[in-house]
Amino acid sequence: MSSFGKTVFAVLATRGLQAVVVAVIVGIVSFVMMQSLPGDAAYRIAAGRYGYDMMDAAAAEAVRLELGLDQPAIVQLWSWLTMLAQFDLGISAVYGTPVADEITTQLGYSMLLAVGAVVASLLIALPLGIASGLKPNGLLDHVTLGVSIFIRAIPSFALGVLLVLIFAVQLNLLPVAGFKSFANLILPSLTLGLGLAAVSNRVIRDAVVDAMSADWRLFSRTKGLSAQRTLSRHVLRNAALPVVTYVGVQLAYLIEGVVIVETVFAWPGIGHALVHAIFGRDIAMVQGTALVLGLTYVALNLIVDLTCRCIDPRTRRA
Amino acid sequence: MIKQLRVAIGLIIALSTAPVLADIKTNVTIAAPWEVASFDPAVAGFALQKLQIMENLVDADATGILRSGLATEWSASEDGLTWEFTLRNGVIFHDGTPLNVDAAVFALDRALQQPGVLKKAPISKISGSNGKIIFTLETPFTALPAFLAHASTIIPAPSAFNAEGKPVALIGTGPFKVSDFTPPQNISMARNEAYWGTAPKIETVNYLAASRAETRALLAESGNADIVFTLDPSGYGHLQHVDDVETQAVPIPRVVTLKVNSGHPFFNDVRARQALSLAIPRAGIAKAITRFPEAAAGQLFPPALGDWHSKDLMPLETDLDKAALLLSELGWTKGEDGILTRDEERFSIMLRTFPDRPELPLIATALQDTWRELGIELEVSVASYTEIPAGHQDGSLHVALYARNYGLTPDPIGSVIQDFGKGGGDWGAMGWDNADVVKAINIIASTKNQEIRGENIAKVVNSLQQELPIIPIVWYQHTVSVDKNLNGVIIDPLQRSYGLSKMFWTE
Repeated sequence: MSSFGKTVFAVLATRGLQAVVVAVIVGIVSFVMMQSLPGDAAYRIAAGRYGYDMMDAAAAEAVRLELGLDQPAIVQLWSWLTMLAQFDLGISAVYGTPVADEITTQLGYSMLLAVGAVVASLLIALPLGIASGLKPNGLLDHVTLGVSIFIRAIPSFALGVLLVLIFAVQLNLLPVAGFKSFANLILPSLTLGLGLAAVSNRVIRDAVVDAMSADWRLFSRTKGLSAQRTLSRHVLRNAALPVVTYVGVQLAYLIEGVVIVETVFAWPGIGHALVHAIFGRDIAMVQGTALVLGLTYVALNLIVDLTCRCIDPRTRRA
Repeated sequence: MIKQLRVAIGLIIALSTAPVLADIKTNVTIAAPWEVASFDPAVAGFALQKLQIMENLVDADATGILRSGLATEWSASEDGLTWEFTLRNGVIFHDGTPLNVDAAVFALDRALQQPGVLKKAPISKISGSNGKIIFTLETPFTALPAFLAHASTIIPAPSAFNAEGKPVALIGTGPFKVSDFTPPQNISMARNEAYWGTAPKIETVNYLAASRAETRALLAESGNADIVFTLDPSGYGHLQHVDDVETQAVPIPRVVTLKVNSGHPFFNDVRARQALSLAIPRAGIAKAITRFPEAAAGQLFPPALGDWHSKDLMPLETDLDKAALLLSELGWTKGEDGILTRDEERFSIMLRTFPDRPELPLIATALQDTWRELGIELEVSVASYTEIPAGHQDGSLHVALYARNYGLTPDPIGSVIQDFGKGGGDWGAMGWDNADVVKAINIIASTKNQEIRGENIAKVVNSLQQELPIIPIVWYQHTVSVDKNLNGVIIDPLQRSYGLSKMFWTE
């Protein structure tokens, strides 16, 4: 096996083991956290199901009986772990549908939005960050710093509404909300992408500045490489390492943490589903969602590791 | 340059998303706050009924008058203990199978086992034979047809359930059938060409659940949604100035009420509850918070409830001096800090409410402020609404603020039995028992004589106004925006139907 193949295998083995540990820990921790929340779970589940016009103590007692909520907590946890070992995430206590079905739909939309946001942020941040880094303290650098601070200071909710007012209501170019067409993806992606680009263009700019002032860059120029070739073969490659790692972290944050933007744009994402599941004490849904998000983190870390190994030849020899 | 760019972007998006020819629209997009994420009629029935995907044995018009649905006629036996509903012939489910007695009995039997209105009716058995559904009752109950118009009693197709009897699909008999369902945000529907009644003019419908009021107002303003339900006061005000949009505020039988623990030593005298009522600034709340000044609730039941709203009743008033006098009669005197005390006990209570309806915490703080003037120290707890029935059950509740729908069934007796019947209810009276009211409610629920019914309704309404086990604050308005070119729109105060099958476009 080549050294590159060996390191890839080592990474896969490590992350695979991590995935199993994450699955068990996340399941147990989310179960314990849900159990320790104040209030009666049967009441909350009945409320989530029937709405408050139809929810009453009798409905709550019927739910308690149906879901076996009066069983000892350890029995309920063991039942979930047993089902998990058979790759069964169970049934949503509130909606009565398989948790796996709900997660598949909602995670798909969340990933679509996350990728859209990262693409939007890279389209904005890459050219601005590289240009600012190539001329640090120049006019563009100062302007992008000022605009970045301004955009970062606007809450994503307000930024979303502002973009809707401009592009959907005034210019009538894009739909306000929904998720059925490609046009629906643009405004929420831009809302999130602008917020991300406000930080990532500075990360890219710093990485480029570091690379441009490194000794190896001077050496490459001294040995006769053109400025263009130095940039493309050495500077961007070195600057890419922190950027790829940062984009990986952003992607993970996006998949789970964009509840407000999902709500503003009526986007059926997993963050939104998780918040509703917590309010409705939908334990199976919370455990399933937390598990899938945990495994997504592991998968993203794996992708970032492998990408960095492709970019940086030193890690292949390590 | 910018203009050219704008035109270019506009063209690209328009070509990718819009139809090529500008014809009369055949699609309606509805935006509302209610998410739909279940196949279960007990959970999602409210949406499936409004969207006319599934239907009931009994239907009702916008005034609450019952009319035939999947049953063409119904009658009760002489003793009132057996009801027969004749099933409509020739009705076909969206999957092509015919509606029959077995399918209806299975769906109604299931509804009887689930939390819902049927559980509150004295039904001992549901059976079927010769094209009739037969309900056997324990006691006479004239409101049964009205109960069968409730969303939890819609009739799905047998194929909407799996082998274990769990609901797994949205298949009904209504004028629209589901073409795509993305829970919890969207249901797309197409016209049911095999519908038994008059075929709708609209061909397709798109339902979008948008939980934020700002988003819904923007959907209306941009024309992305043709009908938008439940607007917040600022969105409603703004849309009144938008050219292509018409706004409507329809009074509905939902009421912001204050539940009082009448068994608590502070409130077990009717004068204490009257004092609380006199210290509620209804006019101010209706004007400044809910923004419909005419909706200050002078009595519990709003005008939308017909017989149950009495024009003869003296409206509840606001008078802090009178309230202070009543409390002093009960032995309360103001202490040094301005808080009332009696036998060394401070008049310090907790009000439970919840944030799902954003106006409730605001109303709670208005009460907190006004009652402080009276000498009542009010702590406001904004938490899950389940704390209210839980507090009712364990007796820990002092007062609670919520919005109650008295039009759950076209005949309000369904809500009245639950709330003011024997022992009160989780969302009704607490620690308050009035044998005369219970007797009157039982008569209303069982008599066929309209005169006797009317007399007993008056008796109940008067008692509730005098004894105030539940104190009304404001009546609700259902706020809606509709595209001006969409015609045939009837906003149902009972919120049973969006009326999609009657709508049509003029442009």
